[in-house]
Amino acid sequence: MFLRMLWRAATLRKARAAAALLAMVVAAATATAMLNLYVDMQAKMRREFRSYGANIAVVSKGGNPLPADAMNKVTTVLDGQGLAVPFAYAVANTPQGKLVVVAGTEFAKVQKLDTWWSVTQWPEAPQAALLGTRAAESLQVNAGSGNKTFDLVFNGKAIHLTAAGTVSTGADEDSRIYISLNDFEAWTGVAPSTIEVQAYGDPGQIRGVSQKLSAALPGAEVRPIQQVLEGETRVLGKTRSMVFASAVLIVVIAALCVLATLMGWVYDRRRDFAVMKALGASERIITGFLAAESAALGAVGAFIGFALGVGIAIWIGRANFHAPVTPRLNIFLPVLLGSVLVALLASFVPISLLRRAQPANILRGE
Amino acid sequence: MFLRLVYESFRRQKQRKLLAGIAVMLGVTVATAMIGVATNVGDKIERELRSYGANLVVTPLQDTLDLKIAGVDLKPPGDGAYLNEADLPKIEGIFWQHNILGFAPVLPVPVRVNGRDVTLLGTYFAKPVVYGKTTFTTGVRNTDPWWKVQGAWPDDNSRDVLLGTTLAHDLGRAPGGQIEINGQPYNISGILTSGGEEDRQIVAPLAFAQQVLGKPGAVRRIYVSALTKPEDALARRDPRSLSPEVYDRWYCSPYAASIAYQLQQAIPNSHAEQIRQVSQTEGTILSRIQGLMLLVTLAALFAAVLAVAAAMATAIFERRPEVGLMKALGARNITIATLFFAEAALLAVLAGVVGYFGGSLLARVIGRVIFNSQMEIQPVLFPIVLGIAVLVTFAGSAVAIRRAVKFDPVYALRGEG
Repeated sequence: MFLRMLWRAATLRKARAAAALLAMVVAAATATAMLNLYVDMQAKMRREFRSYGANIAVVSKGGNPLPADAMNKVTTVLDGQGLAVPFAYAVANTPQGKLVVVAGTEFAKVQKLDTWWSVTQWPEAPQAALLGTRAAESLQVNAGSGNKTFDLVFNGKAIHLTAAGTVSTGADEDSRIYISLNDFEAWTGVAPSTIEVQAYGDPGQIRGVSQKLSAALPGAEVRPIQQVLEGETRVLGKTRSMVFASAVLIVVIAALCVLATLMGWVYDRRRDFAVMKALGASERIITGFLAAESAALGAVGAFIGFALGVGIAIWIGRANFHAPVTPRLNIFLPVLLGSVLVALLASFVPISLLRRAQPANILRGE
Repeated sequence: MFLRLVYESFRRQKQRKLLAGIAVMLGVTVATAMIGVATNVGDKIERELRSYGANLVVTPLQDTLDLKIAGVDLKPPGDGAYLNEADLPKIEGIFWQHNILGFAPVLPVPVRVNGRDVTLLGTYFAKPVVYGKTTFTTGVRNTDPWWKVQGAWPDDNSRDVLLGTTLAHDLGRAPGGQIEINGQPYNISGILTSGGEEDRQIVAPLAFAQQVLGKPGAVRRIYVSALTKPEDALARRDPRSLSPEVYDRWYCSPYAASIAYQLQQAIPNSHAEQIRQVSQTEGTILSRIQGLMLLVTLAALFAAVLAVAAAMATAIFERRPEVGLMKALGARNITIATLFFAEAALLAVLAGVVGYFGGSLLARVIGRVIFNSQMEIQPVLFPIVLGIAVLVTFAGSAVAIRRAVKFDPVYALRGEG
């Protein structure tokens, strides 16, 4: 009987019920989208901050290189949650007698970690070199056209290199020449002395990784790069607070919208309840029925709104972050509870008004 | 007569207007606050991004190659060119002077400490620089805000030094102790933890480093921290290839490239460029955050519009008996509609004004709590927000009014419907 009354209530006054449902759905959708965004935004923004490169530096102590298995140990500690790039350095002589710092590294890894390097062409062939813009100018080597090949001498041993491209960063890299680690070690015999590490996660996790690396490599100096960690904490913290404040505002206003619409809807049905009261239904039954209707509306609105809201959040993710926003299903429960609560609240005022009124007055049209 | 109807309607039926009024007010409050936050967020986040430190570097034009491995400078001291310390105040004279948050000159000098080669880095800590009538305090405390000092920062006019934490640990020194540099003892005012190569160096006042090097007024490099605009297509173009109007536009936009260009012009014999690690990433992050806030603001505006429209529709719908009565008395549809619209407009203006000031206050509170600084609400927002409030109220009432006037007055009077 109860369910039949609910069903009839929905179908008989389609327009009004539809308007109320629409308000509910829109409110639930915006609330879902905002909450989803707030929860997911942290992960998205962290990925953006990875563009700053390494957040842990592993440097050998004294003048000695790192142990041969250092890279393996670092990779084991990271366990896929980060990037590590080894660098080996040596000071070489040019045939003109100038000194230049030569670095050996793995180009594929550098390309992934140090995304701000402005490189004209990454070396691929053996004995190909990447020259910093200032080094290229100083040695008068032009990677584009003209003089492309040059020699360098280290400890009496010479190497013949071809310039593949130039790199510009505005920092130390501009004065160096980069070759592949294999070429470097074959020529100089010097092993890597630095490993740049980027660990994924929040600053707490990054410091944890740093400590593990420190334990795994006792002969090296492992330190978190404060500049990067502190900057990220500050900017991310403020952005998150702002999105939270916005989310609160939006959810409040959405609730208000629902409140207004639902109050109108319940008020509109006053004659039905006057009839019920006149037929002898107790106040409890009437109140219960109204409340159940509102709660049902809230629940249905929450379901549809949640699906819609997740769709909106995915669209925002694609539009702004160019990466899908993962739908957080654990948001559903708060949205459902919130919707039902707001719906019940919205029916509260009209119910109390109706309770006080005489059925006769209502039926007469006052 | 018409005005009296409107006035009486407001005076006598306050309660009914209240809900609609509150809804409009809240809607305008949220809309104003969100617009205020969205327009300011770019500036605020830009400033926060400066905690990553310097994004521009000025080097001598004739400089030879750097020879630096793991923070140790291997370049012979006599080698290379220098900038002039006397040119530093000119930084405050460039077009974008108000975007310069700080700068720090550096002069690395190789010294011997306890028989080992160490780099002594001369710089400003918090030195007042005078240009014309303005004084600007700047130094590494602006360009390297993540540096932590255990002890005290040295005075810029003293011979006290900061010892990098790794170096201090190796030599077993503490703040307040002494360190022998090139055979002479000096006071250690503090131990520096920077997380960078400075941890293995000695950081000292610039004048001291110049004295050790024997070159008064010498500066090897200037690091500059400036508020910049994210790079777009115009920013990447070569200024020399631009026509005069486009050049003006480029010059007058605070791109990292144009500020670097201006720094180069201000300081003789120099070359300035962006520190890509910092400037490129901050551009990307700023764009993302601004994009995010724009979308959030749009969502908020949409929700506010819906709330106001819903509240107005409900309010009008409740008054169908009144409409019925007026029609029975002979009023034309147009008159009734105009009456209701006038009421709605008045309500919108009143509630909108209150909402605007509430929203401004809310935006300011958000600004102070999150960013510790003022949010500026443009005064031009006031008429815009009011206009939108009136428009939305109209739209919300329109549907309800239309349905209300179509209704047969007999039914309305009888209370059905």
